[in-house]
Amino acid sequence: MTHPLNPFAATRYEARKARTTIMAKWGTALACLMLIAPVLWILAYIFHHAWPAFSLDYFLLNPSDKGKAGGLWGPLIGSFYLVICSLCVAVPVGVLSGIYLNEYAKENWITRAIGVGVTSLAGVPSIVHALFGLGAFVLGLLPLINRFIDDPLQRMHAGLLTASLTIAVMELPLIITSTREALSSVPKTFREACWNLGASKWQTIRTIVLPNSLGGILTGIILSVSRAAGETAPILFTGAAFSLYVPETFPEKLAPYAVSEPFLAMAYHLKIIMAEISGMPEHMKFGCAAAMILLILSVNSLSIALRMKLRNAKKW
Amino acid sequence: MPDSTRKTRVNKSLLSDRFEKPIEWLIKICGWSSLAALTAILIFILKGAGPMISKINWVEFFTSTKWVPSPGTGNEPHYGILAMLVGTLSTTALALLISVPLGLAAAVYISEFATGKVKEFLKVLLELLAAIPSIVWGFIGLMVLAPLIQNWFGVQQGRNLLNGGIVLGLMSVPLIVSLSEDALRAVPDAYREAALALGASKWEIVFRVLFPAARNGLLAAVMLGLGRAIGETMAALLATGHANQIPSAITDPVRTITATIAAEMGEAPKNSDHYHVLFILGLVLFVITGVVNVVADLVIKGTKKHV
Repeated sequence: MTHPLNPFAATRYEARKARTTIMAKWGTALACLMLIAPVLWILAYIFHHAWPAFSLDYFLLNPSDKGKAGGLWGPLIGSFYLVICSLCVAVPVGVLSGIYLNEYAKENWITRAIGVGVTSLAGVPSIVHALFGLGAFVLGLLPLINRFIDDPLQRMHAGLLTASLTIAVMELPLIITSTREALSSVPKTFREACWNLGASKWQTIRTIVLPNSLGGILTGIILSVSRAAGETAPILFTGAAFSLYVPETFPEKLAPYAVSEPFLAMAYHLKIIMAEISGMPEHMKFGCAAAMILLILSVNSLSIALRMKLRNAKKW
Repeated sequence: MPDSTRKTRVNKSLLSDRFEKPIEWLIKICGWSSLAALTAILIFILKGAGPMISKINWVEFFTSTKWVPSPGTGNEPHYGILAMLVGTLSTTALALLISVPLGLAAAVYISEFATGKVKEFLKVLLELLAAIPSIVWGFIGLMVLAPLIQNWFGVQQGRNLLNGGIVLGLMSVPLIVSLSEDALRAVPDAYREAALALGASKWEIVFRVLFPAARNGLLAAVMLGLGRAIGETMAALLATGHANQIPSAITDPVRTITATIAAEMGEAPKNSDHYHVLFILGLVLFVITGVVNVVADLVIKGTKKHV
């Protein structure tokens, strides 16, 4: 059924094929657009409404009048310390665990079980982590520590310590997986060359494998920073507070919370001011949400930029 | 003499070889951390659920919609989670109805059609979307979508099943897209080339070759999206309206298991029956998401064996 004048014209079958391909291409592109456009619109909407709240003071002053006035300093610094404290636990354990899985573990059912454990741990809902944190740290660990503290005023309460431990458990799978991937991308020949020089297993890991995979590990750690800063459910019952006096004077302002006392955090602050305080000005709600989005997206962009830089710099 | 000074300088490092044995031991212990954490979670949830596991009426628990955890004095408490179970499943189903078709289509576009800068841009954008925390999604449901739904559907309550479904759907999309894209990319190029040589169009390649070949990976992506939607807490709490009822319309408010724990744990007195029952809800969630994740994991392992 070729065209009478043009022997190269598409047959009806070929034309249909070309049509379906174009439809497939633009149909799936439309799906991408349908996912991205609403979210970009929503983000633009949030930032538009948040704009009146933004000023330098908004980030440097503490919240006052139940968050209706003032700024976000207290919650920001609280989230910062929460992230740092949780990383202090999660990074050593996670990285060492990643090293174990990639360098030491043999191919057997135990290793497979640990692998399933990592993915299952990543899939545990955040509210279950919250229950775990409440049961294990607030009601389990703290009474244990308090038994050794005689002075009732010195006793520990749910606070930075318990919340960071809870968050640390949540961060583990992400750090383990990214460490494992970063280590496994170091070529086997690097290790073999090192062994041939007489280096032991740990020497090889320390001098060859770790330095070559540091970037990949760092990317995973940065990602877990943004995860930790955004988590709300796990800190609900393990130490986050809303109405809390935070010093406004300078040196105390940088480290306002004790590890054994409740603290303010961005995620919890946002939760309370948007849903639980009546008469909250709109721009304060949107301002807090926008600040949170900015915080998370900038941390994640850092991780993406680092990864791209590493990919371009890779020597093998 | 210079030799010995050099030696001490090298050995000063904490990571030095003198510590090889202890460090290897530490690594081996840490290797078990994920399993240890998982076991500890299970133990402490069971411990929290404690006395109520034997006290609770399990038939009522799963078949009644009556949830009266802390009644006034003289009244019987009721622990029935049927409405919450329906709430969780209906929001999750709606979320998947939105995220699976869109996510799969987007994954096909990114993996098969997009090239160069566009592809890079879309992947970065999806990664950033995945990073938006659940409390912000809750904010979007509460402050942005709820007024819109009130206007469009003319309903009193903008925080409902539809709102929750949209929010959870948008949340689980990045996960579904990135995992499906991985699955599609794992299909060897030889498959595409063979189909092309037989005269298949791109459309036919996608539907007749790639989808069957990547079936397991795609299924796992959907299952992990499912697990994420079921376990989502803050967004579900803020977007669904938190009303303990079986929904009869898409604009009815519902309540999820996760949201119930988040909303009520703060008020339940420690070691009361209510407190223990909330841990049982946690146990139910743990089991559901655990099954979903392990099945997804087995499905992924299946692909690796076959391709």
